[in-house]
Amino acid sequence: MSQIKFWQGNKAVAMGALAAGCRFFGGYPITPSTEIMEVMSEKLPELGGKFMQMEDEIAGIAAGIGASIAGEKAMTASSGPGISLKQELLGYAYMAEIPIVVVNVQRGGPSTGLPTKVSQADVMQAKWGTHGDHATIAYAPSSVQECYTTTIKSFNMAERFRQPVLVLSDEIIGHMREKIVIPDSETLEIIDRKKPKVSPADFIPYKADDDGVPPMAAFGDGYRWHVTGLTSDDWGFPTNKTEEIEKKANRIISKVERFREDIIEYKEDFMEDAEIVVVSYGSVSRSALRAIRVLREQGVKVGHFRPITLWPFPERQIAEISKKVKHIIVPELNAGQIVLEVERIACGKCEVHRKSLINGELYKPEEIMTFIKELA
Amino acid sequence: MPREDVKSFLRTKYLPHIWCPGCGHGIIMHAVLRAVTELKIPQEKLCISSGIGCSSRMPGYIDACTLHTAHGRSLAFATGVKMANPELTIVNVMGDGDATAIGGNHFIHACRRNIGIAAVIMNNNIYGMTGGQASPTTPEDTFATTALYGAIDPVFDICKLAIGAGATYVARSTVAQPMLCEQLLKKAIEHQKNGFSVVEIVSYCHTQFGRRNKRGKAFDNIKYLRDNSIMKAKADTMSAEELKGKMIIGEFLNINNAGEYTKRYDEVILRAKKA
Ligand SMILES: Cc1ncc(C[n+]2csc(CCOP(=O)(O)OP(=O)(O)O)c2C)c(N)n1
Ligand code: SF4
Repeated sequence: MSQIKFWQGNKAVAMGALAAGCRFFGGYPITPSTEIMEVMSEKLPELGGKFMQMEDEIAGIAAGIGASIAGEKAMTASSGPGISLKQELLGYAYMAEIPIVVVNVQRGGPSTGLPTKVSQADVMQAKWGTHGDHATIAYAPSSVQECYTTTIKSFNMAERFRQPVLVLSDEIIGHMREKIVIPDSETLEIIDRKKPKVSPADFIPYKADDDGVPPMAAFGDGYRWHVTGLTSDDWGFPTNKTEEIEKKANRIISKVERFREDIIEYKEDFMEDAEIVVVSYGSVSRSALRAIRVLREQGVKVGHFRPITLWPFPERQIAEISKKVKHIIVPELNAGQIVLEVERIACGKCEVHRKSLINGELYKPEEIMTFIKELA
Repeated sequence: MPREDVKSFLRTKYLPHIWCPGCGHGIIMHAVLRAVTELKIPQEKLCISSGIGCSSRMPGYIDACTLHTAHGRSLAFATGVKMANPELTIVNVMGDGDATAIGGNHFIHACRRNIGIAAVIMNNNIYGMTGGQASPTTPEDTFATTALYGAIDPVFDICKLAIGAGATYVARSTVAQPMLCEQLLKKAIEHQKNGFSVVEIVSYCHTQFGRRNKRGKAFDNIKYLRDNSIMKAKADTMSAEELKGKMIIGEFLNINNAGEYTKRYDEVILRAKKA
């Protein structure tokens, strides 16, 4: 039976994680993400899971990776400064191919910035924050409902591709309360990591299947293997051989890139005959959609495209749109980040308009209406 | 030559190891292997974790569940492993820089929680892997590539730090006493059921530290460690003046009833389920 609740976005993230099978959380308090850890501290032990308030954000992700290596689904959550601290170990999880979900409830920055105000300025950090090449998967929920569903999907993708997956929430989405329908748990699609099918004696820990993803044993379940953040061969041991380095470097990217169309999610509204399109995500998309509804009633041919996965970015879809419309407007709560992707993909086929709000506030629908009317 | 049971714990395919010939770290690995084999810990239930450094390369050579993490962070990783599977025996090895500089915060908090992990600190008084920079245990007035005019920073006493932070088993040996290393390691590993244990093993890096401090040969260092270490029982009878410049070795603390963290967490689960 599905249930109707009135929840805060952060609570929906935590409850989504539990529904996905998360049984370990490590974290450190920071506004505006703290409610996630508070809910986890209440609910995890009820389910026999483990919650740990660690000594800092680095330890939070480290413990999560450790728990994942020992077989549990694990999550950490933070904001601003805490997310910056986690970057080195995010890279560790990409390299060692350890599933973990990392939630970033975005606030204003750089540095301590604006602890209680909204921002979308970590979108490029999500893609490039840790050093070295890797493939990023990041969801941007725009409602309490989506906080729940994208967190479950994040776990599914982390388990499927054996790597970190990010939930890029923001202060408005995280703290907003609204109606949410909790689906019957029987109806949820839950993905678990592939386990080795061979005996411990025949186990080659990083030998990938055809999908590019190696099955994963857990410490303690009878398999002996080595985990390292050094570039390694199929056996998981450090290598200096150029062909092995290249193989690993390519595989951790291609295992995701090959399936980008499976991963990419987006939502289109009023797109059929649109001449102007607003591309927005997260909290901003709520104001944008409101503006578009009002203008549609006035006969303005404007549509909305909302990436749900920011990474991988819906490139093919944006390319198609850019061929059909005159203008794409990209309003963001940063100095222009996703617009860089849109400009690159549109490549002059239509006009791309960069709109930035970096004063800690959310765009009002009227402001977005003004942008549209200027072009209509 | 290592015993047969010890050899069976080695990933011989990955030998020779990366350590310089004569490095003190090998003596510690051998002692760790003798301890785990004598305790008859199954390889599948043994996790050897480490940070980054010459010392932290040890897990790669041991045929168990091995986890080579990031510089300073190993105890935080190991904490997650232990919480997810309290049945695993965890031996977490670190260098002095790894454990007390970049990883100092994780170290004191692992001590405070009293989580069932045996921490082994391979203290060679220097950053070996990066070429001989000063660490928090580089003695005052000695030389390092980042202390060319003599170090002035006071050092950490790792054992006192561990006791102050709440570890419940704390001991020290040097690589000049391999049998004592083995004995203390065995007790520390067995102590996991009671909580967090720390064994500081004073090692040496003749290549990076010794060379700049008149102890350029491996043997000079073994001799130095042997001549300057005193068993705790004897040290207890000596004056502060007599103990100047000496390392006290042996067991400093062994508390069995403080409550190991994963067991205490089981109580949390019981309380939550009742609530
Ligand atoms: C975050 C980070 N900072 C710095 C380094 C470079 N680094 C590698 S090993 C090391 C020091 C190792 O010294 P220690 O822990 O004492 O171990 P030893 O090599 O002496 O055994 C440093 C600074 C790193 N790998 N990661
Ligand atoms: S540099 Fe020093 S610590 Fe590292 S292997 Fe050589 S002797 Fe040992």
